[in-house]
Amino acid sequence: MSRTFVGMPAFPLAARTAVADAQLRRNLGHATATIRAKRAAVVSEVQDWEALRARGAEVKDRVLANLDTYLLELEQRLTEAGATVHWARDADEANAIVVTIAGERTAADREAGRAPEVVKVKSMATQEIGLNEALEAAGIRAWETDLAELIVQLGDDLPSHILVPAIHRNRAEVRDIFRREMGRAGRPAPEDLTDEPARLAEAARLHLREKFLRAKVAVSGANFAVAETGTLVVVESEGNGRMCLTLPDTLITVVGIEKLVPTWEDLAVFLQLLPRSSTGERMNPYTSMWTGVHAREGVGDGEPVGDGPQDVHVVLVDNGRTDVLADVVGRQALRCIRCSACLNVCPVYERVGGHAYGSVYPGPIGAVLGPMMRGRRGALEQSLPYASTLCGACFDACPVRIEIPELLVHLRTQVVEHHRAPGSRGLPKPEALAMRAGAWTFADAGRYEKAQNASTLAGRLGDRLLHGRGTVGRMPGPLSAWSDARDAPVPPKQTFRQWWARTHTDTPADPRPDTHEGGVP
Amino acid sequence: MRVALFATCFNDTMWPSTPKAVVTLLERLGCAVEFPRAQTCCGQMFTNTGYATESVPLVRSFVETFTPYDAVVVPSGSCTGSVREQHAALARRVGDAGLERAVSELAPRVHELSEFVVDVLGVTEVGAYFPHRVTYHPTCHSLRMIRVGDRPLRLLRAVRGIDLVSLPAAEECCGFGGTFVMKNPDVSVAMGSDKARHVRETGAEVLVAGDNSCLAHVGGLLSRHRAGVRTLHLAEVLAATEDAPWRPGDGVDHEVGS
Ligand code: SF4
Repeated sequence: MSRTFVGMPAFPLAARTAVADAQLRRNLGHATATIRAKRAAVVSEVQDWEALRARGAEVKDRVLANLDTYLLELEQRLTEAGATVHWARDADEANAIVVTIAGERTAADREAGRAPEVVKVKSMATQEIGLNEALEAAGIRAWETDLAELIVQLGDDLPSHILVPAIHRNRAEVRDIFRREMGRAGRPAPEDLTDEPARLAEAARLHLREKFLRAKVAVSGANFAVAETGTLVVVESEGNGRMCLTLPDTLITVVGIEKLVPTWEDLAVFLQLLPRSSTGERMNPYTSMWTGVHAREGVGDGEPVGDGPQDVHVVLVDNGRTDVLADVVGRQALRCIRCSACLNVCPVYERVGGHAYGSVYPGPIGAVLGPMMRGRRGALEQSLPYASTLCGACFDACPVRIEIPELLVHLRTQVVEHHRAPGSRGLPKPEALAMRAGAWTFADAGRYEKAQNASTLAGRLGDRLLHGRGTVGRMPGPLSAWSDARDAPVPPKQTFRQWWARTHTDTPADPRPDTHEGGVP
Repeated sequence: MRVALFATCFNDTMWPSTPKAVVTLLERLGCAVEFPRAQTCCGQMFTNTGYATESVPLVRSFVETFTPYDAVVVPSGSCTGSVREQHAALARRVGDAGLERAVSELAPRVHELSEFVVDVLGVTEVGAYFPHRVTYHPTCHSLRMIRVGDRPLRLLRAVRGIDLVSLPAAEECCGFGGTFVMKNPDVSVAMGSDKARHVRETGAEVLVAGDNSCLAHVGGLLSRHRAGVRTLHLAEVLAATEDAPWRPGDGVDHEVGS
């Protein structure tokens, strides 16, 4: 039932469609402006916000530098607490592990003729590995229980935001989706459903309640994994996560290996950074923490009695993360705590939405993580590092100080180098040639001055043709990317250095001798 | 103090009235400025498009040209950022430790115009006169890369006769982004149109910024819409006085031998 991102067109093409969608623009503009204002307000009231950001970055860098040690510590603590730890190199391995466990625990349902099912807490890691599709292929229904995630799932849609996957939908659209689709997935929406938020939430609550009470297996991600105690942490707003984490007997948690924090003291830093950055709240409504299997003493005849899930699994997933770690410049991307602040402040994201980024990670961090985790070969992956003006708003908002503009430039260089490599196909030839010729010209002032003569000549011609108007209208060829929407200035008839040479005859006029003879390198 | 003007290739070729205004302004403030003719381009467009290899010779040439000076003045936040924030990494990338050292010694002496006037010369009242309704766009690289803060606004507020109005959503990017204009034309125009709309909301007749590249983009949109708003570099506002007021047309620099 759910769609995937495979085969998405390159960013500029997808962006063209998105930019032209008036409803989308309105929905996104409204939603991002609201959340930006909320974030700004709660961040400004924290006196030492910058120090907190620096600590967040420092803790994550420490984790990444000692990832092996902390992962083994986490495994040991989890095992001691009665959880079973699984290691997955990639998406396929992780999916196979979850499908096997979920399949076994729901076998009785299958035998009784009921559809096997799991309930899910919103999780980026499980979206990244395509778990719902893998479960579905094995005949197991995966029910999303986060409200926005439910909207996306019922609407057979794709998520477009890390935190608010249905950010591209407005209330009226949500109502239509609920009315149309809820009945097929369980309890139908009431006939007289309106688009009031309270009514929509009530419909979702009633629809989901049956699923919580029935499910034997829950699947979650984790925002943090505390190595020193083996504690997993989920922060959320709606309480659906708490339901999933406590009601079913079996709990399977899929965790990216970078989600570690060494200690509870470190965790405290992130529990301050995350809610303010993501939902613009001082604290999120629900914070669930669990350490393996929980047992209570002294209930009934004094024997320990299980409390909460008694069959607890943790799947630690790599899926490209160690490749990112191997890149000394790029590894800071693994600090990301998926708060989505960078999406909300990004002027490109605000106008395009999440789908154009072609993966579950949209926006500035998606433009970085996509090519890093999936490789730089595909057309989409090669276009993503260029899906930014490098305005830097993302860095300022990022609670763990990821230098996203620098990473984008770093990736652009890799894309260019990839095409430069011998035997590579699909060269961006005209651009590469123009860049080389341009750099060759600029590398020497004499050559540069000769090239400028063409520009002043155009200026003199333009002056005659345009009868003194200072701008040019539409132009052909690649220049049309500029001139389709903007007028262009007519080049001046005299460059600055020509003016300087005439007016400042006392200063040395000659450029350095040409030291770069020998044609375009 | 030997002060060099780095005009930037874009200003030198397309917007000569801006570096001319820098010369006028600084000379008025008693600061003699030199124009080393070996200068060309900081390499930003190459670096930011992924052509780091092509940028390295430009870094080398920049360092050779400007090392003899005590201060370098740049009428562009973006090119200042390229020198201060990117040149060292480019040198490091090719493993040229000598170049990296030379860059880190030179970089702190490279100042964007408003930084130079406010911090180095210690002036905010530059004696300018500009009797027009003006709004100011801070430009991303001035704001978030080199962090000029409110220096340009402090300079503008002290200008006589100016009617300075604040720009809604001023800190949002205009959508220029160098080759972004070509690579993502639809998003660039969408962002630029919003910026142009905010400019028009102010009722200003002049949009001022510290980067002619951003101004060419927003100005090109305003001109296409026949909005009746002109763009002008900060230097040209600060250079204007009662005795030598800024005149429309100067920005296009049509008069040979002016
Ligand atoms: S990159 Fe930073 S701002 Fe963006 S989602 Fe990750 S942590 Fe949040």
